[in-house]
This record gives sequence, structure tokens and C-alpha cells, in this order.
Amino acid sequence: MDGVTLLQQLVNGLSLGSLYALIAVGYTMVYGILRLINFAHGDLIMVAAYAAVMGVGLFSWPWPVAAGVAVLLTGLVGVLLERAAYRPLRRAPRISLLISAIAASFLLENLVLVLAGGRPRAFPAPGWLGGSLELGGLYLPRLSLVIPAVTALSVGAVFFLVYRTATGRAMRAIAADWEMVSLMGVDVNRIISLTFLVGSLLAGVGGILWALKYPQVNPFLGILPGLKAFIAAVLGGIGNLAGAVAGGLILGLLEVLIVAAFPAWAGYRDAVAFGLLIVILLVRPTGLWGESLEEEKL
Amino acid sequence: MRGWRPGVRASSLAALMTRSTWLTLAAMALLALCLAAAERFGNEYQVRLLHNVAVFITLAVSYHLINGVCGQLHLGPNAFITLGAYTAALLTLTPAEKAATFLLTPLIWPLREVSLPLAPALLAGGLVAAGFGVLTGFPVFRVRGDYLAIVTLGFGEVVRVAANNLQGLTNGPLGLKGLHPLDSLWWSWGVAGLTVLVVHRLKNSSFGRAMQAIREDETAARAMGVDAFRHLMLAYVLSAFFFGVGGGLLAHLITTISPGLFSFFLTFQLLIIIVVGGLGSTTGAVLSAVFFTLAGEWLRVVEEPRQVFGLMVPGIPGLRLVIFSLLLLLVILFFRRGLLGRREFSWAALGAWLSGGRRSKSRG
Repeated sequence: MDGVTLLQQLVNGLSLGSLYALIAVGYTMVYGILRLINFAHGDLIMVAAYAAVMGVGLFSWPWPVAAGVAVLLTGLVGVLLERAAYRPLRRAPRISLLISAIAASFLLENLVLVLAGGRPRAFPAPGWLGGSLELGGLYLPRLSLVIPAVTALSVGAVFFLVYRTATGRAMRAIAADWEMVSLMGVDVNRIISLTFLVGSLLAGVGGILWALKYPQVNPFLGILPGLKAFIAAVLGGIGNLAGAVAGGLILGLLEVLIVAAFPAWAGYRDAVAFGLLIVILLVRPTGLWGESLEEEKL
Repeated sequence: MRGWRPGVRASSLAALMTRSTWLTLAAMALLALCLAAAERFGNEYQVRLLHNVAVFITLAVSYHLINGVCGQLHLGPNAFITLGAYTAALLTLTPAEKAATFLLTPLIWPLREVSLPLAPALLAGGLVAAGFGVLTGFPVFRVRGDYLAIVTLGFGEVVRVAANNLQGLTNGPLGLKGLHPLDSLWWSWGVAGLTVLVVHRLKNSSFGRAMQAIREDETAARAMGVDAFRHLMLAYVLSAFFFGVGGGLLAHLITTISPGLFSFFLTFQLLIIIVVGGLGSTTGAVLSAVFFTLAGEWLRVVEEPRQVFGLMVPGIPGLRLVIFSLLLLLVILFFRRGLLGRREFSWAALGAWLSGGRRSKSRG
């Protein structure tokens, strides 16, 4: 691999990795506060993509309006999901909560399948996002620059929210001990709803970007990015926002670089993440930058 | 036990044992009679449905062992089922059939030549799946809860990717076809009976009690000297074995398999079955497996008719799955104990129930 190819692959990896990072931050926020893997988080990506397709195709909205509405709608779906499927089980055994999350994920997928049909749909992309720049032999699709930029902006906003505002302080406090926080007069339900809103908005943005990158939209498109983003969050140490970003970037770069270095393994690309997950769990279950997890948290 | 006196109590216990044993044997004979009748007089569709019921009993009861008895949310049964299905299929096909199937890349050497009867092939399928269980058990049981769920969920993905890519072993995305269909109901029902027997006996042994203790409170169980890893591993590998055998049966029932056939949807179905039956109840798993296999057939009315039978076809566009997921959600939200909770069937309980809930004092 010469220098230009390597640089090219780094750009590709960075673009994929920042997508994973964006989704992983949403995952890790929800996990941090509820200690729950939101299995339906990946499906929110799909919801956003479909909403945008419908907005452009059915209502003929201009693209930015359709994308904006899609992101907002995804946020709303995330909040509803928490109200309906997770809140009633907050004091139930963990296994019930997980099963509820899996059921919710299947419900979303199949509801969309019934409503929109199983045929994959083409995702509309505005012209100004297409095309690419050539830079000394380096091929830079405009999208590979837009994705990291949007990710940086969104994640930056979330960092500001979590580390610089009173709401963010409440979120972090609930993550540490929600029963205690509720005794201190914080409306725990409101903060949890808000966390889901923010996490789902991120998934919505991620969904739009994902569909721009892979413009075939089907009801199951969210499963794999959702799982990989979760693995990225585990890699960075789940519950840790900066870790999720780093984990996403590492995972994206690894996937792209491994395939670039060993083209014969291209078919195994989707297994890289799971192999990585097993290695992390064997070597360092708390992730690279994770808090130490006592047994009950695991 | 020190205070044990083999006098009156032992003999009354023995009387109870023999009576329920007789009843059990009679029930089994009745079931066998029904199956024989079904095999002789039933049409092809009915026999196929009965096969399906038995295979789902096998899979659900093995899933119940790790998920219900041990309380570990294992989400990878479809990986083990795929392994068993491929192993058994590759062993029963004749060399000529394999040569006709593997057109692009020839099958690797020893498998190219061998051809085994169904029984050893199923056993091999179970052993391969169990071997995979042993290998994966070490990383899996370093973690619990959500992490365990995701790792095991990843197995399905890894196995699918491998099956797609190892062309010399699996024929890649084209899959295997022309498997010899099961020639008798005894295959599927025999395996189902064996699975229920083994899991039931295990659950009521000291091992099973230790497993349930781990489910209730692992820290406490460890404090009482239970080796959590060993017990979980035992349950995990045993369930893997039965998943493998069940997968072999499933493959020979469908007669055409491909890497994407046993998707996470299959795991999801098994999860619904054991949750609705009552997490932790073997009886519940069996009843619920019967119910869902039949309900899945009936529910096909709400969809367009499909040629390929039943439940494990991935990506059926349809209302049926919406109904299933809603059902699971409602059960877990409002009716968390399922049909039976953790209770089990026993003749004594049935008798008490039939006689209006009166409990006879003499345990007779």
C-alpha cells in the first residue's frame, strides 16, 4: 500500500468511523443513565431514513425540511419508546428489560415493513452532497467530509449539554445513583426522557447520514450499524462519551484498513467488529477508557 | 441424610413415585400411539406440522435451560442451530449429491467422501455445536447481562458471515439443497422427548438447583460455594448440543439450507416461546412451543399464502411478526410470569387441580 492509498483508506475509515461514533454516543448516553442496551437504537436509524424517504417522496418536501422532520420524528419515537417499553420495567429484573427492548426493536422493524413494504427504496440525496474533490490523486467524496463535520458538531453539542449545563449534571448524577438523585428533588423521569430524546436525535442524524452513504433503505438496515455502534461504545468503555467517539473511530478505521490490507478477507468485514468485541471482553471487559464495572453492573 | 427413616414415609413416597411414573408412562404411550396414527393416516402437511412442533419443543426446551433456568439472556441459538444444520447436512448427503451441489468450489477433502446415516449425522451436528459452545463459553461467561446478550447475538452474525465465505465447506451463499427428508416422526419426536427428559432431570438435580440459585442471586450462590462458571458452562454446552441436533433435524425437514436461513428471527421466536410459557418452566416451554408452532401456521391467514412452510423463513413481509412482537411486548410488560411462571407439571398438582384445588393431607 503506497502513501496515497493509505491516506485514501484513512479518509474512508474516518468517515465510517465518525458515523459509528455518532450512533455510539447515543447508545452510551442511554446505557450510562439506565444501564440498558437500547436494542431499538439501531432501528431508530432506520426510522429516520424512512421518514426522510417519505417526506421527499410522499409529501414532496424540500430535502433539508424532510431530513429535519425525520430527525425530530426519530427523537419523538425514541422518547415514546422509553415511555412505553422501558419505563414500566424500571424496577423489574434486567432480563425483562432486555427482552422488552428486543421486542420493541422487532416491533419497529416489522411495523415499518408492513407500512412501507419490503422492497428496498432509494434514498434521495440532494445534488450539493454528491460529487467529490480530487486532491493530488486523493479522491474525496464530498460526503466523506460532511459526515465527520456533522458528527463533530452534533457530538460537540452533546458534550456541551452533558458537561456544561444543569441538565447535563442531572444526567451524570442519575447515571451515578438515580435513587439518590430523585431524593434530591430532580425529576428523574424528565431527565431520562430528555436523555432518550438527545440519544434518539443523534440516531436520527446518524440515520440520515447512513442513508446518504448507503442509499438503499430497507426496514432492517439499522441492525448492523446499531450492533457495531454498540461494540464501539463497549470498546471505548460504555457510559463514557469520549470513549464512544474514540471507539467508533477505531472501529471504522479498523474495518476499512483490514479490508484494504487483506482484500481476500473482504467478505469477513462484518465479522471484524464481533471478533473485536470478543477480544475486548477477554482482555479488558471495561473497555479502553471505561469505569471499573462491579459485577452487578455487568 | 441422618434423620431419614426408611419406614412409612419412604414407602408412601415410593407409592407416589410409582403412581406418577405409571401415569407418565401411560401418557407417553398415548402420545406414541397418536403419533403412530398421525404418521399412518395424516396427510403430508399434518406430518410436517408435527415434525415442526417437535423440533420447536427441542429448541425451546434447550433455550429454556440456559435462559430460563440459569437466567442468562443468550441470544445466539441461531448460530448453534446453523452449525448443527450444516454439519448434519454435509454428512448425510451422498458424495455424488455433494459433487453436484459444490459447483464453484469443491468441498474439502474428508467431507467430500463420507456419507453417514441420519443418527450419527445428527449426533455430529450436536457435537460440533457443543464444541463451539465450549470454545465460546470462556469469553461469554466473563460477562453477564447485556454484554452476554450482545456477544452471543454476535455469534449468529459471525456464523452467517463464515457460512457465506467458507465456500469450500458450506457452498457459500448458494447453500445446500436436496437434503434427504425425515422419513419418520420418531426422529423429531424422539429427539424432543430426549431433550425434555434430560433438561427436566437436570433441572431437578443438584446441578439444576445450583443453576437456579445463580439465576436468583449469583453473588449469594457463589458465597454458598456454587462454582458459577462450571454450572453456566454445563448448561450452555448442553443447550448448544441440543440446538445442534435440532438444527440437523430442521435442515432435513426443510431440505434446503442457506447461510441466512436461521437468522436472529429464529432466536426471537424461541425467546417469545419461553417468555410466554413462563421463564424457568420446562412445561411452559413445551406447551408454548406447541402453541406457537400451530399459531404461526394459523396466523398465516393474515398474510399472503407462502409456499415455504412456517416460521423460519427470514424476512417474510408481514403482519404476523408485528403481532408476535406486540405479543411479546405485552407479555413482558403486563404479564411477566407468562403462562406458568416457574411452575411445572406434575400429576399430583393436576390431581389437586382437578379435585377443585383441595390438597389431600396424606400426599396420596
